[in-house]
Amino acid sequence: MSRTLSAPVTVSFDYTRSVGPVLGRFLTGLRDGRFVGALLSDGRVVVPPPEFDPLTHRATTDFVDVAETGTVTSWTWVSEPVAGQPFDRPFAFALVTLDGADAPLLHAVDVASPDEISTGLRVRARWAAERTGAITDVVFEPDTGTASALVPPATEGDVTGIVTPVSLDYTYAASPEESAFFRGLAEGRIVGQRCPQCRKVYVPPRPACPVDGVPTVEEIELSDTGTVTTFCIVNVPFLGQKITPPYVSAYILLDGADIALQHLILDIPVEEIRMGLRVKAVWRPREEWGTTIENISHFAPSGEPDADFDTYRHHL
Amino acid sequence: MRDVAVVGFAQRQMQDYDGSPTCAELLVPIFAECYEQTGWTKRDIGFWCSGSSDYLAGRSFSFVSAIDAIGVLPPVNESHVEMDAAWALYEAWLKIQTGEVDTALVFGFGKASAGVLRRTLSLQLDPYTLTPLWPDTVSIAALQARLGIDAGLWDEAAMAEVVNRSLTDAEKNEYAVRAGGSSVEDLLARPMFADPLRKHDAAPVTDGAAAIVLAAGDKAREVRERPAWITGLAHYTDGLQLGTRDLTRSESASRAATAVGGLDGVEIAELHAPFSHQELILRRELGLADDVRLNPSGGALAGNPMFTGGAIRIGEAARRVWDGTAEKALATATSGPALQQNLVCVMEGAL
Ligand SMILES: [Zn+2]
Repeated sequence: MSRTLSAPVTVSFDYTRSVGPVLGRFLTGLRDGRFVGALLSDGRVVVPPPEFDPLTHRATTDFVDVAETGTVTSWTWVSEPVAGQPFDRPFAFALVTLDGADAPLLHAVDVASPDEISTGLRVRARWAAERTGAITDVVFEPDTGTASALVPPATEGDVTGIVTPVSLDYTYAASPEESAFFRGLAEGRIVGQRCPQCRKVYVPPRPACPVDGVPTVEEIELSDTGTVTTFCIVNVPFLGQKITPPYVSAYILLDGADIALQHLILDIPVEEIRMGLRVKAVWRPREEWGTTIENISHFAPSGEPDADFDTYRHHL
Repeated sequence: MRDVAVVGFAQRQMQDYDGSPTCAELLVPIFAECYEQTGWTKRDIGFWCSGSSDYLAGRSFSFVSAIDAIGVLPPVNESHVEMDAAWALYEAWLKIQTGEVDTALVFGFGKASAGVLRRTLSLQLDPYTLTPLWPDTVSIAALQARLGIDAGLWDEAAMAEVVNRSLTDAEKNEYAVRAGGSSVEDLLARPMFADPLRKHDAAPVTDGAAAIVLAAGDKAREVRERPAWITGLAHYTDGLQLGTRDLTRSESASRAATAVGGLDGVEIAELHAPFSHQELILRRELGLADDVRLNPSGGALAGNPMFTGGAIRIGEAARRVWDGTAEKALATATSGPALQQNLVCVMEGAL
């Protein structure tokens, strides 16, 4: 058994930005099937156009169209492509200096083997049929002398923004202490860790005491009964919400713990929730348990009298 | 300027760290080593500064969780850079120069194995014209390597010599995740990964953490007989657009070397070159003499924990000053694609 629990996690979002006058002009060009470059103060034509001249730091204002053909000035073979790249089979990344430009563009070249690409190879743009005004509207292929048919874009006007989908896959590991907590939950136990110096009990446990900076070594089994120290009533619907509002999310100080655990309080009208309310964990059926806090469906009033303020005042 | 020295250094490097991406549990023993080396407690540290990345960890504010490893009661004076911890060291050095503090502990951490490193690093590129193609770091380095080969600046054999020397030296480095030299012929016989790079031309994916202690004046002398006094520290960056840079050069490294007054007299250099040809670029741009001993630790090709690999170069170079192997040592750190950003740190045994 591994020391720690791990699980796959995907972090994804759409990088959504306005692009401004310089990149907007370049991306509009791509959508229309043209490469737009900038004329810099040193006389070089550069594609993609930088927003500011690297020498004078002035905003770029001179634009020129360059050819859709060019020359490979460096290349590499992507033997093991990763997700999101222009091809999901081996291909070449290359620096392509377009005819009329003085600096190369990094892009993909569609060839079947590294034997089919070399420095100096002549290449030509191959435009996607549906173009949105993104660098992915085009790839390159060896130039056979004939241009591929360019389908006119479906939209007009200038490209003013981009949406770049970002999605990253991780194998997310818990710390050894967090792993002990989740393994405990799979057995119906709530496990915390005690700091050897300040003696505070953390649940969920942390790998180090945030007060003392020492490992929390001693495992402590906690009661599944506790006290509400603070709460909020969720009235706002949001993406991914599993319960219909209004409902209560609360900090619950389990008996024997020094830090409150966040969980749901159900089985009580939301207007009756209060600080000091005594609650008890409601576990899901045992056959549904995994290494997750969701083994506890929610907390519900335990029926005991409210806790004295003094019993939890130091944990607010 | 105040006299500031490196007086403590601890590190961990591993292929696959079995623990959380905030590395708090990894940092605790590293800080303990720094306390042992200095004889201090956390109350003796005036400023804390870390380098790490949420993209590497796959969770937001990962550096905040890492602070558990410090223990923050009473509250500490703390900062963070989304860069290699070498840049955190630069910030800490500046903080000491202001006179606000006399000591600092700089740390970096990263669990590169949690995701696909060469892909994760695409997020550091221009998000409009590069990231959507997901050009991975290895491919970009390979484009750079070929430019130099085609220009006659180096060849595959010269790259293999760098690898062979690094991996031979790494045999003596207990922290190395890859070690064991063979021969240039043997290395050149191995298959291409990202033509013209073979797998050994690229630093191994490495998890790890490191910490460096800085101290000013007498505080430094209290800790060590021969503190590694920082006599030069500078960093520069090259432009965002890969196309407008001469990728066979590293202008930023060259400017940093000039800014510290040149590198004459350097005996040992720990160069942060995650790809073999990048050591050849740095050696030339820094103008290092032929007799300068390069990367006695094995360098980044033997282990390159993300956001720590550059700081480890500073720690390794400082160790050579502490033990008297070198009177004057150099360390560099790099960040960004194809040596885009470079930091130069010169350390000397005598002021
Ligand atoms: Zn404690």
